[in-house]
Amino acid sequence: MLIGHFNYWIVVVLMMIGLYIVIAHGNLIKKIVGLVIFQTSVFIFYISMAKVDGGTAPILADDISQYSNPLPHVLILTAIVVGIATTALALSLVVRIKEEYGSIEEQKIQSQDNLSQDKLSQENLSQDNKILVNQSQINQYQTSQAQENQIQEYQQDGKHR
Amino acid sequence: MIAHFPILQVIIPLMAAPICLILKRPKLVWLFALIVSGLAFSISILLLQQVMTSGVISYELGGWQAPWGIEYRIDKLNAFVLLIITAISTIVLFAAQTSIEKEIPKNKHTYFYVLFLLSLTGMLGIVATGDAFNVFVFLEISSLSAYALIAIGKDKRALWASYQYLIMGTIGATFILIGIGLMYQMTGTLNMQDLSQRLPEVAQTRTVFTAFAFVIVGICLKLALFPLHLWLPNAYAYAPSIVTAFFAATATKVAIYLLIRFTFSVFGLSFSFTTIPLQTLFMALGLLGIFIASTSAIYQNNIKHLFAYSSIAQIGYMIVGFSLTTVAGLTATLLHLFNHALMKSGIFLALAAVMYRIGNVQLNSFYGLGKQMPLTMAAIVIGGLSLIGVPLTVGFISKWYLLVALLEQGWWPVAVLILLGSLIAVIYIWRIVEVAYFKEPLLNNKPVKEAPLYFLIPIWTLIIANIYFGIDTRLSVQVAEAAAMSLFEVTP
Amino acid sequence: MLLGIYGLLSAIFFVAMDAVDVAFTEAAVGAGISSLLMLVAITMTGRNENTTRHKPISALFIVIITGGLLLYGTFDMPYFGAVEASINSHVVPRYINDSMQEIGIPNIVTSVLASYRAFDTFGEVVVIFTAGIGVLALLSVGRRPKDDDKIASINDSMSEQYLVVRIVTKMLIPFIMLFALYVQFHGDFGPGGGFQAGVIFAAAIILYAMLFGLSTANKVINQTFIELMAALGVLLYGCVGIVSLLNGGNFFDFNVLSNDPIAGQHLGIILIELGVGCTVASVMILIFFNFAGRKELQNNNSNKNEESC
Repeated sequence: MLIGHFNYWIVVVLMMIGLYIVIAHGNLIKKIVGLVIFQTSVFIFYISMAKVDGGTAPILADDISQYSNPLPHVLILTAIVVGIATTALALSLVVRIKEEYGSIEEQKIQSQDNLSQDKLSQENLSQDNKILVNQSQINQYQTSQAQENQIQEYQQDGKHR
Repeated sequence: MIAHFPILQVIIPLMAAPICLILKRPKLVWLFALIVSGLAFSISILLLQQVMTSGVISYELGGWQAPWGIEYRIDKLNAFVLLIITAISTIVLFAAQTSIEKEIPKNKHTYFYVLFLLSLTGMLGIVATGDAFNVFVFLEISSLSAYALIAIGKDKRALWASYQYLIMGTIGATFILIGIGLMYQMTGTLNMQDLSQRLPEVAQTRTVFTAFAFVIVGICLKLALFPLHLWLPNAYAYAPSIVTAFFAATATKVAIYLLIRFTFSVFGLSFSFTTIPLQTLFMALGLLGIFIASTSAIYQNNIKHLFAYSSIAQIGYMIVGFSLTTVAGLTATLLHLFNHALMKSGIFLALAAVMYRIGNVQLNSFYGLGKQMPLTMAAIVIGGLSLIGVPLTVGFISKWYLLVALLEQGWWPVAVLILLGSLIAVIYIWRIVEVAYFKEPLLNNKPVKEAPLYFLIPIWTLIIANIYFGIDTRLSVQVAEAAAMSLFEVTP
Repeated sequence: MLLGIYGLLSAIFFVAMDAVDVAFTEAAVGAGISSLLMLVAITMTGRNENTTRHKPISALFIVIITGGLLLYGTFDMPYFGAVEASINSHVVPRYINDSMQEIGIPNIVTSVLASYRAFDTFGEVVVIFTAGIGVLALLSVGRRPKDDDKIASINDSMSEQYLVVRIVTKMLIPFIMLFALYVQFHGDFGPGGGFQAGVIFAAAIILYAMLFGLSTANKVINQTFIELMAALGVLLYGCVGIVSLLNGGNFFDFNVLSNDPIAGQHLGIILIELGVGCTVASVMILIFFNFAGRKELQNNNSNKNEESC
């Protein structure tokens, strides 16, 4: 039983190496490398599933009777292309991130984002303070206007009398 | 032609994408995309009518019978989701050209429409197909275009958000691929219908259990179910506003569709929920998502962030309904699929209008906005009321059905928790309302005009739909209930 | 570099597993294009890395759970190479036994890929097209004529150093393209087909661009033309399907493309493989041109900064 399944175990080990690299490393390019390793090990898994003892490549020829399973091959061809498409897109994102942030380390990028976030919330706070100040200024202005109006009324009342 | 509708539904947007690339001029491309999306919408209406009257439609691609060829299988659940996606895409596209003028560099406008159509195609393809590997391929189409769409704008934070989404999304998709491979290994087939017939024989093996686990975890990554939701807030907040309006209403709905499809139709009800304590797990995760996300929403100053967290909470509601595994629970989830799409795309379109006029969506900018942009703010208010679940809105209908379903099964504590979640929503909606209507504009804020008509028409179409379907619920409830019941008939 | 070796090793492994088509594709794509893109990306982002590894414990935790679950799942799997495994007895026998009568080409993988599951391959072409557009959307740089002259003058002075390489490459490129065409049309009978051919053709163009400079390559094939070709490839593939719709069959039903079903199948397969090759080649070239173009932009900007200082 052990020998029958060893190929799957090797694949699992490869997969886990890939997954670990993706999660643990902070460098963006290394994450992508981990992702590629992860995906390729899935391909190996599918292909080893397809192998038949004593079979050959699934191309029909007159003197061959046993063929390996062609369906996983088809699926993996598609998956390889999907993998390269994802890698290309991921790499172009990393290039842009480097241009905009100046770094491809996860921590540096996140700290830059946090800094800008803090700046924005500070602005929010100062805006709130400004409103309060403005509000009180408006109140003061209104009360002084009201006082002036009262004084004028008294003066006019005084004149009338 | 009618017989070919299942495939035309997906092919028309798909072929339109490269044509957009050839056409080049943005305004022309926009009109073309709008017409194509409208066509897809009409096809989905006709498909739904056909399915409601004559039952499941099966379409063999290449003329090869399933499982040797790929099969498109439209039943009531699919048709419902197809309708939602195409409707939202058409309405959102109406405002797209105006919105992206300020948020995306001019030389990239054509690429935006190509990617939008590709994203639409991907989602439609996931929903319409009856073949498991085909799901993976179209999942990747929709994901790749999503990553590019999020990062295409001028905000640099979107690049980092898109990268995080890419990493998590690709891990999720690869998990799904592993699951499909394991399922194939044990049954020899990729067709969903065939799988559902052949899986019960091998259901007790550890391999199938592993396959199930991987598929579900992969889907949950795409679903943004707590705790796998980390990519969603940044991705929704920093993407171009029109992109958020589209994705908030469609991307996670497709993931929920996949979840329902795989647990009910492929693996079967008994396997999915009895072999593994999925019911308690999902109910717990759903509730956690509701509370943690709603509470996070209260503290956000970026309003797009706020509503992104609100979306995570709403997904929690849908998962709670799903975890009940009764017809009533599933009906509530499907209803909320429809209603949430209406609510969120309306709100995010209104935010897009605010972004267009003001240039940011910080809470500061909303001071006094109630007077300056009355129609837009009213839309946000009504959408917000819908999120809370005030009667006369669709939000109320979904919550009502969910509560009824919960009480039917005797889950009193959970029902109380759902109501509490709605109360938290009141808090964060009130923050915006208070600032917009009861405060004066800040000194730094320049006066702004109301949003252009290109925004107001789609926004108010959605908001009026919000109210209409909140009062006349026959259409949505009928379809949701029929879809839920059909799923229960099919499973062994 | 290691990634390229990893790709090559996987390719060898695939050959050992009788998966010749897959090996071919993995060698071309994984070892070839993938390494190339990585190298270009690394030149733009710096070779050094801060050795801060945060959260290794939680990563280890997740990995152990996932790995453990997978290992747990392998116990009930059919043995490696088992003939009676269900995957070899359910759907596949028809492919192996009947494909000669139904489709008439020896390469079973091509007949499954291009006929039985043609829609999956269509989806795959669209994935590649999407990635190409995505890279365009993120990295595209509008070319301005005056920059071209500056770049051309820089390239001329550099390329004199690589005289031997230039001459050898000039002789090789036609052969590479010929080989690509051979792979394209011979995919029915041996390993090969649209993807591999597309990648090889793109490699020829990329080789030319690497040695003679991007601006010269742009004069030979310009970006608008390549975008057009990428779109046309997808459209060609889809139109084959639409023609079969118009002829009365289902989408991608090649039997109705001609009076004789077998001839129809052959015609359909050749056309869609052509569409695939066209799009794949164009997208690979586009991706490379955009990465390299961005690099030149970065170089020019830093040169300008130096000059202004």
